[in-house]
Amino acid sequence: MRLNNTRRRAMASVAALVTAGTLALTGCGSDNSDSNSAAPAADAGPCGTKDNVTLNVGLFGTFGFKEAGLWDKYHQVCPNITIKENDVEQSGDYWTKLKTRLASGSGLDDVQGLEIGFIGDVVKNHADQFVNFNEVPNAAADKAEFYPWKWDMASTSDGAKTVGLGTDIGPESICFRKDLFEKAGLPTDDATLAKEFATWDGVIELGKKYEASATKPADSHFIDSVNSIFNGAVYQGTEAYDNSSNEPDVANSDGVKSAWALATKAADAKISAGLPQWQDAWNKGFASGSFAALSCPTWMMGYITSQAGDAGKGKWAVAPVTPGGSANWGGSWLGVPKASKNQAAAIALVEWLSTKENQVTMWTNGGHWPSNQAAAEDPTVGAATSDYFGPGQNIGKIYGEIAKNITIPPTGQFDTQIQTAVNAQLTNVETKGTNPDDAFKSALDAIKQITG
Amino acid sequence: MTSTLTTEPAAGDLSRRRPRRTPSAAPQGRRSAGSRIAYVYILPFFLVFAAFSVYPWLDTAWISLHNVRLSTYDQREWVGLANYKDLLTNHFFWNAFRNTLTIGVISAVPQLAIALGIAHLLNHKLRGRTFFRVAILMPYATSLAAATVIFLELYSPQYGLINWFLDLAHLPKVDWQNSKWPAQFAIASIVMWRWTGYNALIFLAGLQAVDQELYAAASVDGAGKWGQFRHITLPGLRPTIIFAIVVSTIGSAQLFGEPLLYHGGLPDGGSAGQYQTLGLLMYQQGWANDRLGLASATAWSMFVIILAAVLVNLVISRRRERKAG
Repeated sequence: MRLNNTRRRAMASVAALVTAGTLALTGCGSDNSDSNSAAPAADAGPCGTKDNVTLNVGLFGTFGFKEAGLWDKYHQVCPNITIKENDVEQSGDYWTKLKTRLASGSGLDDVQGLEIGFIGDVVKNHADQFVNFNEVPNAAADKAEFYPWKWDMASTSDGAKTVGLGTDIGPESICFRKDLFEKAGLPTDDATLAKEFATWDGVIELGKKYEASATKPADSHFIDSVNSIFNGAVYQGTEAYDNSSNEPDVANSDGVKSAWALATKAADAKISAGLPQWQDAWNKGFASGSFAALSCPTWMMGYITSQAGDAGKGKWAVAPVTPGGSANWGGSWLGVPKASKNQAAAIALVEWLSTKENQVTMWTNGGHWPSNQAAAEDPTVGAATSDYFGPGQNIGKIYGEIAKNITIPPTGQFDTQIQTAVNAQLTNVETKGTNPDDAFKSALDAIKQITG
Repeated sequence: MTSTLTTEPAAGDLSRRRPRRTPSAAPQGRRSAGSRIAYVYILPFFLVFAAFSVYPWLDTAWISLHNVRLSTYDQREWVGLANYKDLLTNHFFWNAFRNTLTIGVISAVPQLAIALGIAHLLNHKLRGRTFFRVAILMPYATSLAAATVIFLELYSPQYGLINWFLDLAHLPKVDWQNSKWPAQFAIASIVMWRWTGYNALIFLAGLQAVDQELYAAASVDGAGKWGQFRHITLPGLRPTIIFAIVVSTIGSAQLFGEPLLYHGGLPDGGSAGQYQTLGLLMYQQGWANDRLGLASATAWSMFVIILAAVLVNLVISRRRERKAG
């Protein structure tokens, strides 16, 4: 739950970052490339209905449609549609509310935001309550827009039912403090780092060098916490927390096994500041330099900017590769409950929002990386650079390369809670010196409380 | 928390209300008609009580006998007492039980003792008495979240003021977050800070009901301040003290917000559950782990535990009263 909440808070910061102009996105302009993929049924018109309709859109955190100007734009396209956004700040609270409403079958909005933290539960337990995007008039065109794994995550395992269309994803890299790397005598050029950062073992070796340096700041460590390594590596196996038949099976997962080995190796090498994510001390560490590197999906850049402030400008950089291969952290979908009285209009809106043109706008005006494949490969997106990171680094190109190669093991309905439980035990290993085997047993114990 | 899971406020409400007995509205002569009207007057309370206390209380009991998740609320599976069995053989429950007890003791005992001392001082004539009386209530009026965030800053292992002072004094830094006893002490200190003034005010009200002539008589008889405190103040305050102990016991048993916020909003009570409490465990089971049946079983177990604790309190104080009387 925690990860989602804070991820959404981070999303808010991304919007702040971009509106503040710190992420300069160059090469803008002619993105009026017509997307014909999402033209709804002709008889009702492109807006799904010719009547005057108010669509209730239930969202959490900051999806950023309003901020990116898309609601205003939609009102121009479809003057008969009025959009009313119902926001809940924390995705955890939002999900509790949504569950209650799904259980009672009342109070649902026309469009509901769905997050990676609970999409598994929605697909498993509530697929029948959402419009199946495999059966809408534009189904084939809709499906062709997205990264296949993004589509699959919102679909039942047989692929027959799909509960929503994607909004954003979170291609993941490592962000690091260029100035601290230089002080410690570590390489900072992209070519060398592409090699050193290629594997997690390489990262740990780099960390050892950093810790051994006599010239690094005294209270500074290489990485924020070993959770950064674990959370990055756990989704790089063939299985993460669920097995291939979509049952939680943490003890036998290859992803967990290798991620746990890497994280405890990093703890043993003492390359971590031992600051768990989202805690107060972690937030402060961005400015104080307690750590020189951390796991960094696209939206994390906004979080760094908000925590490190103007003083950090130009000191940060993004690693050109994801250690161990491309990975994803975060992302959302929009679903249409069958209980909606304005289904056709709601479907038209969701389809419109997922078009290439609008997802490009979401990146340039909000920092949300597109889940629409064509949008992600658009030159406008790839040309984005940043004054804060690099400076002048071609952020769009780096994340574009990572996004292209993302593969995803099965996502389970308890992933978020399980990860929280495992992270707590890794914190014990790195800050209290708990024996890794005992810690793993405790983690399995806590996970049993979750899965029941 | 939603009403379905919280049975405790019912217990809390009852015992909090009991001391403030409302004077009977019925005049002696027209007893039967008057008492009928009295029933009408108190009816709204009982309607609200039935809707928000009795019904959730019974519903929680029913849910605790099922395996049910919020996401699949309509698919309840009858499991009998399995949730209770799971709970009682489960070290998470007993860990939370022990922590609730220890945090309760290290917060309530000093809190009540200090409150008594403060009340005693404020009962004397001193300059700016009203100011002090208002000032001690300020922590109680402060939002729990704001207070906990400030304490979190003070106790931060890396950047906190307290560790900074320890460092200045060449003492070893303390990990107020991940070490068990320091973390429990830190949480107890938040509770103490917040409730001491409130209890002091309750005690002060009790003190002012003690006959001042007894003090005059005692000092004529040559009793010092301490003697007066022991032989006049304490016996005079006995009912007030019992009330404060009962309320503190219930409050301690329900401790929730402080440990939740102390781990930045994570409901696990620290990375090793070192300050997990029963209230927080219930929340974690219900809303983080989505297991409403187990959470309901915890709620009912807490209810029984609180009831037992309050009864023990009352029995002990009755017995002492009888001895004293």
